[in-house]
Amino acid sequence: MSQKINALKIDKKDNVAVALENLTVGDILYVEGNEEIAVLRNIPYGHKIALTPIPKDDMVIKYGEVMGIATEDIAQGDHVHVSNVRGLTDGDKRVQKEEVSYENV
Amino acid sequence: MKTFNGYRRPNGTIGVRNHVIVINTIGELAGLTKKMANLVPGVIPVVHQAGQSQYEEDSKQTIKTLTGIAGHANVSAALFLGMGTEDPAEGIVETLKRDGHNVHSITFDKDKSITEALKEGKSWLENALTRSKQEKTEQAHVSELIIGLECGGSDAWSGITANPAIGSFSDSIVKDGGTSILAETTEAVGAEHILANRAITPEVGNRFLEIVKRYEARAKAVGEDIKAANPSPGNKTGGLTTLEEKSLGCIKKGGNSPLREVIDYAHAPAEKGFVFMDTPGYDVESVVGLVAGGAQIVLFSTGKGSPTGSPICPVIKIGTNPKLYENMPEHIDVNAGKIIDQKYSIDQIGEEIYAKVLDVANGEITASEKYNNQEFSIWRLAETT
Repeated sequence: MSQKINALKIDKKDNVAVALENLTVGDILYVEGNEEIAVLRNIPYGHKIALTPIPKDDMVIKYGEVMGIATEDIAQGDHVHVSNVRGLTDGDKRVQKEEVSYENV
Repeated sequence: MKTFNGYRRPNGTIGVRNHVIVINTIGELAGLTKKMANLVPGVIPVVHQAGQSQYEEDSKQTIKTLTGIAGHANVSAALFLGMGTEDPAEGIVETLKRDGHNVHSITFDKDKSITEALKEGKSWLENALTRSKQEKTEQAHVSELIIGLECGGSDAWSGITANPAIGSFSDSIVKDGGTSILAETTEAVGAEHILANRAITPEVGNRFLEIVKRYEARAKAVGEDIKAANPSPGNKTGGLTTLEEKSLGCIKKGGNSPLREVIDYAHAPAEKGFVFMDTPGYDVESVVGLVAGGAQIVLFSTGKGSPTGSPICPVIKIGTNPKLYENMPEHIDVNAGKIIDQKYSIDQIGEEIYAKVLDVANGEITASEKYNNQEFSIWRLAETT
């Protein structure tokens, strides 16, 4: 296994990775099974970095699940956190539930 | 084929330990229970402070829990200590005897001196211990294992290293026909729709949403709003952005398998596969519920080194970060921190956990067993009367 890996993509569907060390602007992000990405902003370890561009109102995916919605366009390599992501509202969740056609929820 | 050697019980279950225990039905007998166990080296005291002056729902929960513990597959024999005319000890013992368990009860009352009662108990325990040593193990398939999934003393890495690795293990044992029980209803708040969507039927999904709602309502009744308080400022500094993300970090211990059943505290699953038990976030009470429900082994992720164990069940500690393993190696059985500093993958640690589960099922002692961490506390639903 490559010793260069500095971020972890938890699920293959994820569009964010978690920094395993403090990343600095200009660093190269190495994630297993992913292309190399330029780090656009300082990312503290444990924080998230965008693996793909995430347009405003698109879903942020971690653990293979929707963990939030982008509140602005997020560039590949950018810090993904409270300044550009919000949690789901009941409205967002209702959309998900309808997909599996739950009743009486 | 993945197998282990365990102790077959008359009711058909299989244990990975062969303990002889003494257990009190009411808190007043906690001290005497310890004294009784001390008379016979090798006997484990299972001590709690509940069981007296309870409302109906707590009374039922206490009896269900004590019955589950004394009738557990890891237990060869159990002695109950009770007191007074309405004590449930005799009733529990009758129930368990019908199922073939080696159990006995002693009721303290004014007609018998404490010395006499201790003498009777000592003699019964000595016989039970001798008998337990003659019991032999037999080979069993991993599909007979029920594994409890728990976390306590979480940190920013819990949801990144240890919990997803436990999830990877959970998916593997479910694939092999075994059972894993996810717990801690509080931890699912905010991500309940995700787990509900994984339910095998709308009924199971709705049942899950119902217990989460019930939990939130109980918290609100005492002025707490779980959703508004999470993620906390500390969580955000650690990198957690939304409530969904925080809850996902906890519930991912259950991997990606379909949710087959939702069970009440201390109840045994009727289904094999991935199930959820309604328990509180307090790790000691949650572990007790899982064990009373039949879990023979509990996996426990920790970032801060919570030493929580169980009197009758091996608890495997999975450390979330390298620092913890370096500082507290005596508390940690599996170092998931290797995902951070040694570039191990989540699935590799999942495999390591599986190997550890088999070793422990075959008798290897866990850190919490080595240090006799025997925490035991029953989830309280109401006040005492």
